[in-house]
Amino acid sequence: MRLSGGQMVCEALLREGVDVAFGLPGGAILPLYQVLPEYPQLKHVLVRHEQNAGHAADGYARATGKVGVAIATSGPGATNLVTPLATAMMDSVPMVAVTGQVPRGAIGRDAFQETDTTGITLPVTKHNYLVMDTAELPGVLKEAFHIARTGRPGPVLIDLPRDVQTDVADFDYPDEVNLPSYQPTMEGHSQMVKRAARLIREAQRPLILAGHGVVISGAFAELKNLAEKAQLPVVTTLLGISSMNEDHVLTLGMPGMHGWAHINWAIDRADLLIAVGMRFDDRVTGRISTFAPNAQVIHIDIDPAEVGKNVRVTVPIVGDAKRVLHALEREVEPQTHTEWLQEIDRLRDEHPSDRLPESDRLLPQYVVREISDATDGNAIVVTGVGQHQMWAAQHYRFKEPNSWITSGGLGTMGFEVPAAMGAAIGRPDKVVWSIAGDGGFQMTMSELATIVEHRVPVKFAILNNNFLGLVRQLQDLFHDRNRVAVEYSGNPDFVRLAEAYGIWAARVTDRAKVREAVDDAMAVDGPALIDFRVEPEENVYPHLPAGESVAEMLEGPLGEGERAWR
Amino acid sequence: MAVDSKAETHTITALVHDKPGVLTRVSGLFRRRGFNISNLAVGHSEVQGLSRMTFAVEGDDYVVEQVTKQLYKLIDVVRVNDISQESIVARELALIKVRTTPQTRAEVLEIVDIFRAHVVDVGAGVVIVEVTGDEEKVNALIQLVKPFGIREIMRTGSVAMSRGAPATGSRKRTLENVDQSAPDAEVVP
Repeated sequence: MRLSGGQMVCEALLREGVDVAFGLPGGAILPLYQVLPEYPQLKHVLVRHEQNAGHAADGYARATGKVGVAIATSGPGATNLVTPLATAMMDSVPMVAVTGQVPRGAIGRDAFQETDTTGITLPVTKHNYLVMDTAELPGVLKEAFHIARTGRPGPVLIDLPRDVQTDVADFDYPDEVNLPSYQPTMEGHSQMVKRAARLIREAQRPLILAGHGVVISGAFAELKNLAEKAQLPVVTTLLGISSMNEDHVLTLGMPGMHGWAHINWAIDRADLLIAVGMRFDDRVTGRISTFAPNAQVIHIDIDPAEVGKNVRVTVPIVGDAKRVLHALEREVEPQTHTEWLQEIDRLRDEHPSDRLPESDRLLPQYVVREISDATDGNAIVVTGVGQHQMWAAQHYRFKEPNSWITSGGLGTMGFEVPAAMGAAIGRPDKVVWSIAGDGGFQMTMSELATIVEHRVPVKFAILNNNFLGLVRQLQDLFHDRNRVAVEYSGNPDFVRLAEAYGIWAARVTDRAKVREAVDDAMAVDGPALIDFRVEPEENVYPHLPAGESVAEMLEGPLGEGERAWR
Repeated sequence: MAVDSKAETHTITALVHDKPGVLTRVSGLFRRRGFNISNLAVGHSEVQGLSRMTFAVEGDDYVVEQVTKQLYKLIDVVRVNDISQESIVARELALIKVRTTPQTRAEVLEIVDIFRAHVVDVGAGVVIVEVTGDEEKVNALIQLVKPFGIREIMRTGSVAMSRGAPATGSRKRTLENVDQSAPDAEVVP
């Protein structure tokens, strides 16, 4: 079959199971766009900004487990993809980005809308390609999807000069890739698994730390089985949330900077950490030298470079979380850790940070809990970064596997709008709530138009405090309340804004009206938005200051005249 | 290079696909991960389509382990070996343009001779000396001819190879020969 480069991309997308691509055209990617009508099975979602194409592809990928696809033109189109690529890279999200490039002969001459896309995106992609010969394109496309979705997933970018898209060549799509230098280890080493099982058998105070790897590999049943068989309490990192039903008695919740105090204290006392698909991020560990001082560590990760990177590991197991957990579950013996579970309960009583603060005011935590109740913990929840993200992580009670989508590693403001759109397009069977901050929402709210065009039924809850809230919190707690550049005094009327797009919207200022508004939004057939005017001065607690030990954790608001540690 | 820093210098070789941008990928990785590389040399390997890189990494075992693992994450990297602990042959080539006068020329030539180096070009008032050897030998020669006046130095950087047993081999071959489930020395910390 002879195809143009543009047709090859479309063919490959279909063969790789892609049914939707997010993009925005321009001159250098036009040959690809011009052949799109020949592939009606391929849905294209025209965004308002390339960054949002990237985040939408990311949200789609996280929600479905499939590879997300973003398309942009050369120059500014491609540079606008840098943030979503970096977001996907940090959070191990399978994505393929296709960018246009100036024609081969013009490369290196500072042509109109030329930029060194592969050079710029090199550190924020798992791999990237500049294709200079259309005949090589089928192989490159096959490799790109393979690399994006296997091993530790990540974004792959393919840069296509305009004339490579128009040139015609044989299209013989390979069934397999030939990449001897890329062979991810899937099975954990059996001796290591046995050693891990022995450590678990001997441990008095074990904890599982479940990360994004559990979600990515779909190891939900394996995690639950292991936890139940050896009665191991499960801590879920920010990206590990929804790897285990939060109604389960063994699910504790999130650790780290804004994790519940009793969880951080439990880690402090633990004698064994079974870390699965997580990378001991500084937001989890705080000061590394005082982190889990009594614990031996079993570290299971598909990326060998993560094992031993941040903490000393007793038993390293390189492999896919699903397979390793399965193997480990078969090796461990049924056990109980009654005393340890009681000790954790005691820690929780002594450090009751997970309770809703008493207040008549409209607290953001309360809004999250009401959304959680109204959706019965079954929605897909999408957030950006900041206070709203932490409150959602803390207070939404996740019952469904893989139902939490957030920008963890990179911490990208504005992720919540396009990623929720992508997630809702990928999972039309689910209710999707975008819990947003007023800051992040304004970074990417241009996608409201796209959401309307495609009738994407995302429900937005803006926890509106007219602040860049988490930055204000840092200034209040650690910089003597020296508030600099954190107040948004000119915020728009979000209700009228939504209505201008034709989106149903409501404003809630009263605690008693929260549930009604949430129910109303869900009754709307299509997108909806609620502007929650939350208590602006509310802080996220606990707050373990960056780089500090658990003893320095602020478990609640400071008293009058009290100062934070620095 | 100071001799006492040698203890912390590791010699690493990497077999990489000979593709555009692979050097950028490797050097970019070193830069963004903060690895300190004091020497880098690249050239074709015995296998067509594969190049071999030699670099000297400053740091402790943790750093070397991270360098190795991070290099493996690059799709174009086939095989990485830390050969510091092995018996190795390391050589670099240097071209040194030394100022000479009729009075000093004989003395320069004598030094060149002692080092089994060669004069490869003679010009007006200068000679170009070619020397091959390990880094210390090259350094020593440079020190000795310095008093005559050095106009220009060009060094290739060291290339290194372990003695005896064949080959680092490609990763593919290694995978075929070795029990894949065995913990790889480079993979297990």
